[in-house]
Amino acid sequence: MNDPVRSPDITTSLPPQIRPPKTRSQPGFSRTGLLFLALGVAGLCLPLVQFKANRIVLGEGFLLPAALPDVGWAIALLLALILGTALWQRLPLMPRLGLALLGLAGTVLALGFAAKGLVPQGNTIARAAPAAGFWLLCLTFALMAADALSRMGLSRPARWLALGLSLALIALCLGSGVLDQTSVMVEYAARADLFRRSLGQHLTLAFGSLAMALVVGLPIGIAIFLTPALRRGVLGALNLLQTIPSLALFGIMIPIFGWIAANVPGAAQIGVAGIGIFPALMALFFYALLPVVSNTLVGLTAVDPAVRDAAFGLGLTRRQVLLQAELPLALSVILAAVRIVLVQNIGLAVIAGLIGGGGFGSFVFQGLNQTAMDLILLGALPTIMLALVAGVALDLLVEAVSPKKGNQT
Amino acid sequence: MIRIQNLTKTYDRNTVVNDVSLTVDQGQIAALVGTSGSGKTTLLRMINRLVEPTSGQIHIGETDAATIPPHLLRRRIGYAIQGHGLFPHYTVGQNIAIVPQLLGWKPAEIAARVEELLHLFQLDPGQFRDRMPHQLSGGQQQRVGVARALAARPEVLLMDEPFGALDPVIRARAQADLREIQRRLGTTLVIVTHDMEEAVTLGDRIAVMDKGVLLQYGPPAEILTRPAAPFVEALIGKSERPFRLLSLTPIADIAEPGSAEGPALPPETSLRDALAECLWNGRDRLAVEGGGVVTLAALQARAEGAVR
Repeated sequence: MNDPVRSPDITTSLPPQIRPPKTRSQPGFSRTGLLFLALGVAGLCLPLVQFKANRIVLGEGFLLPAALPDVGWAIALLLALILGTALWQRLPLMPRLGLALLGLAGTVLALGFAAKGLVPQGNTIARAAPAAGFWLLCLTFALMAADALSRMGLSRPARWLALGLSLALIALCLGSGVLDQTSVMVEYAARADLFRRSLGQHLTLAFGSLAMALVVGLPIGIAIFLTPALRRGVLGALNLLQTIPSLALFGIMIPIFGWIAANVPGAAQIGVAGIGIFPALMALFFYALLPVVSNTLVGLTAVDPAVRDAAFGLGLTRRQVLLQAELPLALSVILAAVRIVLVQNIGLAVIAGLIGGGGFGSFVFQGLNQTAMDLILLGALPTIMLALVAGVALDLLVEAVSPKKGNQT
Repeated sequence: MIRIQNLTKTYDRNTVVNDVSLTVDQGQIAALVGTSGSGKTTLLRMINRLVEPTSGQIHIGETDAATIPPHLLRRRIGYAIQGHGLFPHYTVGQNIAIVPQLLGWKPAEIAARVEELLHLFQLDPGQFRDRMPHQLSGGQQQRVGVARALAARPEVLLMDEPFGALDPVIRARAQADLREIQRRLGTTLVIVTHDMEEAVTLGDRIAVMDKGVLLQYGPPAEILTRPAAPFVEALIGKSERPFRLLSLTPIADIAEPGSAEGPALPPETSLRDALAECLWNGRDRLAVEGGGVVTLAALQARAEGAVR
C-alpha cells in the first residue's frame, strides 16, 4: 500500500498535476454535513409542536424541550449530536444511515408524545399540530438518510428493498398509535372511511388517466413515427392542450361535457358529466397525452439506424420491425413518459377535488375553505407520498429496461 | 447467380445508379468499389429491394426479384452491414435465429443451426450463445452479424462495408475467414467497399463505380493491368499497383526448378510476400516448400504486368 514513510519523496517528485491530493489541506469536515447541521439546528430552534384550543384558531408554539417536560432536553441534545456527526467525513455510510433514521424516529416520537402530553385527556376540540421545527428536522434527517443511501450505490434489488422497508416503517409508525394525538391523525381518525375512499378515487384518477393516455397515445406516437407528415400538426395540437392552465381546462370542460351529457343520447349513461370524476379524468388524460406521444416518437426515432436497416434487410415486415425491434428498444423512453405522467397526474389529481372528482383534493379544498391546516395536510401529505413512491418505483423500472451501454466498436 | 440488367435509380432528377448491368456467377465474389456517392451502396440495396429500382431487372438465380414481395425476397438473401446492426436486446443466439424463425423452422432445427454457425465462426456456443451483443468485442460482433446473415443458408449474401469498423489486424483475419467460409458454402457474394485493397483481396471480380456509372467490371488482374478509365487507375493508386498485382498470385504458380539456400516458403505464400522476403534479406532466389525456387527476376517480371 502507499506507505508515506517508506517512499517519502515519491509524491513530491511527481509533477503537480499527478501528485495525489494532500488529504491534510482538505477541510476536515463534510460540506453537505454543514448544510444538514444548519438546517437541523434551525429546526431545533423553531417550535416542534403547536397547541391550539380548537382546529382553526392560531396556536401557541412549543420548542422541543418545553413540549416534553421530562426528557425534552435529553432528546434535543441527542438530535443535536446526531446532526453534529453529519460533519464527520470519515464516518462510514451504514452508521450514517442508522443515525439519520434514529434522528427521524426521535423527531417523530417526540412529536407524538408531545401531542399526547399537551392535549388534555378526553378533550376532542384541542389540537396539537406539527410545527415548523418538526418539518425542518424531518426534512434534515430524511435528506441525511437519502444522501447516505445514494452514496452507498445500492444494487437495484437492494433499492427495491429499501423502498419497501421505508414504506413498512411509515406504516408501522402510523399504525402503532404513537401519532394518534397529533392533529393530522385526529382529522384522519374522524374520516378514516372517507380517507380510504379518497385514496381509491385518487389512484383511479392518476392510473386511469395514465391507462387512457397509453391506450390512445401509443398508437398516435407510432402513427406519427410512421407518417412524418403528421408530426408537426399532432404535436402542435398536443402542445397547445398542454399550455392550458389546469383550472381553466376544468372550467372549459364543465359546460362542454355538461352539454354532451344533456344532449347526446346515451352519453350520460356511460358516465359523461360536467362535474364529478369524468371531467377530472379527461383533463388528466389530456395532460398525459403529450408526454406519452412525444416520448413514443422520440424513443422510436432514437433506435440505431443500423438495427433498423438490418431488421428490414433480414426480411422483417414493417409490423415485425416495429414489434420486435423498435418498440422494445424504445421501451425505456416510453416508461420514462409513464413516470412523468404518473407523478404529474398524482399531483394534478388534487385539483379534481374542486369539481367534485374526489381524491385527496377534496380534503385540501375543504381545509382551505375552513382554514383548517390539518385537513389540508391530510390531503397533501399522502399525495406527496404517492408521488414520491411512484417516482422512485418507476425510476427503478426504467433503469431495469434501459439498454446496456457497452462496446460499440 | 445474380443477373442485373440495365438497372437505374433516380431520385427526383438525380440519377444515383445509371444503367448498370452485371452478372455475378454462382459461388463467386463480386466487390463493388467506388468513392462515397458513387452509387455502390444503392446498387447493393436494390438487389434485395431495400431500394426500389426506377427501371431495369434483377434476377436471383432464375427468379425475377420484382415478382416476390420484398420481405420474402430478403429472407432468401443474406444481409450484413457495417456496424453489424445486431439487435441489442436479443442474445447472440436469438440474433442468429431471426431469419430461420421468420421462415418458420422448428425450434430444434434452429438451435442446431445456431450451434453450427457459432462453431463455423469460431465462437464457442456454450460461451457465446446467451451473451448480449454489447458483451462482445468488435470482431466478435461482426462475426455474429455475418453468421446471422448466413443463418437460413441463403444462396446470395450481400455485405455493405462489413469490416469498415474493424481495426486492420482483425480486419485481415475477418477477410480471410470470410473468404474461406464463402468457398466452403459456395455462397454467391456481393460486397461493397471503398477499399481497393479489400476488393483485390476478396473479389473474384471487381466492379468499379463512379457517379452512378459502372466503369469497369472484371477480374482483379485485369482491373490492375488494364484500367478502363483514368478514375479506375486513380482508385488503384499508381504506387500500389505492382504490389497489389503480386498479392494476387501464390508462389507455387511461378516456381521454377532449382534450389536455393535459406528456409523454404509455403507454396501458398503470395508473390508480394516473397518479394518482401527477397528485399529484406538481400536474396535473389527463395526456396519453395516441396521443391523449386522463386527468383527475384521472375517476381519483377510479374510486377511489370505480365498477366498470368
